Amino acid sequence: MTSINQLFGSDLKVINIGLSAFKQALDDAHAMSVQVDWKPPIEVDAKSANRVKMFRPAIERANAEVLKIILSGMPHLIGLERAIDVIPGMKSDMLLHAGPPITWDRMCGPMRGAMIGALLYERKAETVEDAQRLAASGAIKFSPCHEHASVGPMAGIISPSMPVFVLKNEAHGNFAYCTLNEGLGKVLRYGAYGEPVIQKLRWMEGTLYPVLKKAVAKLGKIDLKNIIAQALHMGDEVHNRNRAATSIFYRTIAPAIVTTCDVPAVAAEVLEFVNHNDHFFLNLSMPASKVTLDAARGVKNSSVLVVMARNGTDFGIQLSGTSDEWFTGPADVPDALFFPGYTRADANPDIGDSAITETNGLGGFAIAAAPAIVQFVGGNSDDAIRYTRQMYEVTAGENNTYQIPYLNFRGTPTGIDAIKVVEKNILPFIDTGVAHKEPGVGQIGAGVLSAPAEPFRKAFAGLARRLTKK
Amino acid sequence: MNVAGQIRKGAYFDSVTLMRVGTEITALPGVIDAAVVMGTKSNRAILNSSGLLSAKFDNASDTDLLVAVKGETETATQSALAAVDGLLKKAINTITTGGESRPSSLAGALNLIPGANLALISIAGRYAGDEAMRALENGLHVMLFSDNVPLEKEIALKKFAQRRGLLVMGPDCGTAIINGVPLAFANVVNRGNIGIVAAAGTGLQEVSCIISNAGAGISQAIGTGGRDVKQEVGGIMFLEGLKALAKDEQTRVILLVSKPPHKDVLRRIEKLAKTIRKPIVTSFVGASTQEDRPSTLEEAALIAVALSQGKPRDEVASRLVARDKEILRTAKREAGKRKRNQKYVRGLFSGGTFCAEAQVLFKTLLTGVYSNAPVGNTKQLRDSLVSQKHSVIDLGEDEFTVGRPHPMIDYSLRNRRILVEAADPETAVILLDVVLGYGAHPDPAAELSGVVRQASRKVSVVCSVTGTNHDPQNRGRVEAALRKAGAIVTPSNAAACNLAGQIIRYRERK
Repeated sequence: MTSINQLFGSDLKVINIGLSAFKQALDDAHAMSVQVDWKPPIEVDAKSANRVKMFRPAIERANAEVLKIILSGMPHLIGLERAIDVIPGMKSDMLLHAGPPITWDRMCGPMRGAMIGALLYERKAETVEDAQRLAASGAIKFSPCHEHASVGPMAGIISPSMPVFVLKNEAHGNFAYCTLNEGLGKVLRYGAYGEPVIQKLRWMEGTLYPVLKKAVAKLGKIDLKNIIAQALHMGDEVHNRNRAATSIFYRTIAPAIVTTCDVPAVAAEVLEFVNHNDHFFLNLSMPASKVTLDAARGVKNSSVLVVMARNGTDFGIQLSGTSDEWFTGPADVPDALFFPGYTRADANPDIGDSAITETNGLGGFAIAAAPAIVQFVGGNSDDAIRYTRQMYEVTAGENNTYQIPYLNFRGTPTGIDAIKVVEKNILPFIDTGVAHKEPGVGQIGAGVLSAPAEPFRKAFAGLARRLTKK
Repeated sequence: MNVAGQIRKGAYFDSVTLMRVGTEITALPGVIDAAVVMGTKSNRAILNSSGLLSAKFDNASDTDLLVAVKGETETATQSALAAVDGLLKKAINTITTGGESRPSSLAGALNLIPGANLALISIAGRYAGDEAMRALENGLHVMLFSDNVPLEKEIALKKFAQRRGLLVMGPDCGTAIINGVPLAFANVVNRGNIGIVAAAGTGLQEVSCIISNAGAGISQAIGTGGRDVKQEVGGIMFLEGLKALAKDEQTRVILLVSKPPHKDVLRRIEKLAKTIRKPIVTSFVGASTQEDRPSTLEEAALIAVALSQGKPRDEVASRLVARDKEILRTAKREAGKRKRNQKYVRGLFSGGTFCAEAQVLFKTLLTGVYSNAPVGNTKQLRDSLVSQKHSVIDLGEDEFTVGRPHPMIDYSLRNRRILVEAADPETAVILLDVVLGYGAHPDPAAELSGVVRQASRKVSVVCSVTGTNHDPQNRGRVEAALRKAGAIVTPSNAAACNLAGQIIRYRERK
């Protein structure tokens, strides 16, 4: 039992929430105090807020369970296959894409460009015009990668014949899939569909795929969690910087490629391709996050995110406790550093499934581990550290494997809690590449942004509706 | 002319910071007007009325930051918009130390400052109640500066706190001094053995300053917010505060300050007071006068000082009688300077308690007193912007403060009004309060001197300065500057009101 007289007898220690001028007065009086950087909460309806309040203990229990599943995930690369052969629900007339569901008429430029490219690559259309007509005709089914245990960067297109990495969560037995990274420049994932783009995709299918497949088969499996943990100690956050992780992967796979590939020139070609693409590992860090988070789906009452993804038009999230429902809102344009010749006016709104890394405690959540890319957050490493620190306020916990050296090897903030996001109005921080808004131009910069509030507001209400006693 | 606006989604700054930045932008070359506000409905209405609303603000939400600039040319407008980020950053940097992250929630702050025992909350009222409850749940005492907290919420907070042995000062509690630390709008006063419980903010500032200036000091000064002594809240925290002071070893004399409490609450206070063996002085501004009760804040404060020094309370009365003779002499002199048709007092107050005290004192001195915040038999002004006969205006009322800083911070509105009143041929006296201390304007003398100089050529300008020489503004310096500008500066609001009233009485006798 406290009392007012106890207060009179102690040193005053003040938490100042609001006008910062009052903090100044406290400093002048040499009173110990902390200023809270308060923001108004994201507005939600009173009924939802009350339900969430009522169920809070159940929600916390569910979130603890979800966090346990996420932290115990063991993502391994176990092989490579053709999309149509392994991806659940994949059909020959289907194209998978990044982000929440979207129809042709609402697709942004890069997404449409990538769809055209995929149809050309699949030989379903001869010309760009044919491809456009076909895409608009309704004869092609568009479906989100995330609904097929898959993820794709930027436009995130997976077409039936594309080779994909196959990942297994050894702890929980589930699988995830992702295409192979094409490198930078004019590439399909940024909506480019010219002849060189298609040629490269065919080379990947005809050369890269079989060589890697044999090499991975020889190794049996590759522990991706271990590579990611190491990469974080080497300056990657495995979303916008994958140089260290790609290097470790290269060291892991190279001997197996050399021993399994019959033609030395081909082995060299494949190794050169991986070596020259700093983002090669992105297409492994993403499915590694996906396979980790998918195991945590469907825990009743949990407000922890299992998906955060964008299709270039909408930003969508899914919670563990709200089944397969998408909660969406308009995607924003990132604040970015642009390549010479481009400006913000050229930029497409945020796009790609790569925010799955943030959902898994990596990417923007681990940016304090990646000082080399802090210019994307204003050039100030203090900012990067502040972003990571702030994310601890909205996560269910901290990672037991992925750590930030600068923060005394503290685990990265992991398991985004939609309720904390809403109540504190601290939106998840994402660092990402930026696509040109016109199809076919490609990447024009890289930068950072906060997730929009709208999906979280809707998810809060969606979870409130589903909260249940059992 | 060129108007342009920008929305910063999700950016949030406190209102004082925004007003400061807005003022800085307006001062930029070629800028006619500018505003930086959160996108609430009321803020958008303000932008609309000042011609700063752009169509793109229609979809803004409460949590978006709106930047609007009206410039003479497009270049001026655009360069002003470009300056906003830098100014906001600067405003924030002055209070951020190094690269250290600031917590964005109470929970985060508790990690940084283990053993925190008080939350000072000044966020918008509709959020403040929940934040206060979170603080109480974590065992913190609360000072709730915010206004517009719903009454039910206040009651819930105070009942909860009472069960847990915690203090809730406010909502709408402007000032308090706990363990010698000034909180929110408070003055730097001596520590001592007089404990105060107050349901009137400027009242608390006035008595604590008078006590300190008289050489005594404050043990604790607890604010409760004005609604605490109303029937609905029932004086929960007023009574808890009184109990705590009764038990507090540092406190030898207790001073209670409030506008008149509800009669049920008053009965509870009186009943509790009977069980306390320390001397208790009460000043319920506007209550029907009783023989044993001091009539002004000043008298109450001085009685508390006398008692705290072991002197009899009568000593104060005789000292004030002598002082009042001095006031009469000054009044006579001033009255002699005024023309025949100059016959009215115009009181322009930044402190609500002072406005109320003025009305109480004028009751016996003047007839035909009007106010926008009438107490007793004062009449309601038809239009708060237009004085009638003797008028006393509380410029801190909501009608004047929506969308602009309090008149203790921003003198512009009152300064304009001073000149309007001075230009009225029927005005004889302009009566002012000046409140110093943390939170108040850093240099009120600079703000006021010009208009006082102008006004005092035509009318008598009478004012009191609430503050101490240890305040950041320094009371002595402010008083000297005001005297130099032509004002008559009195040691208390009561003395100022008395002087203003007496000047009129002399005019009427002529």
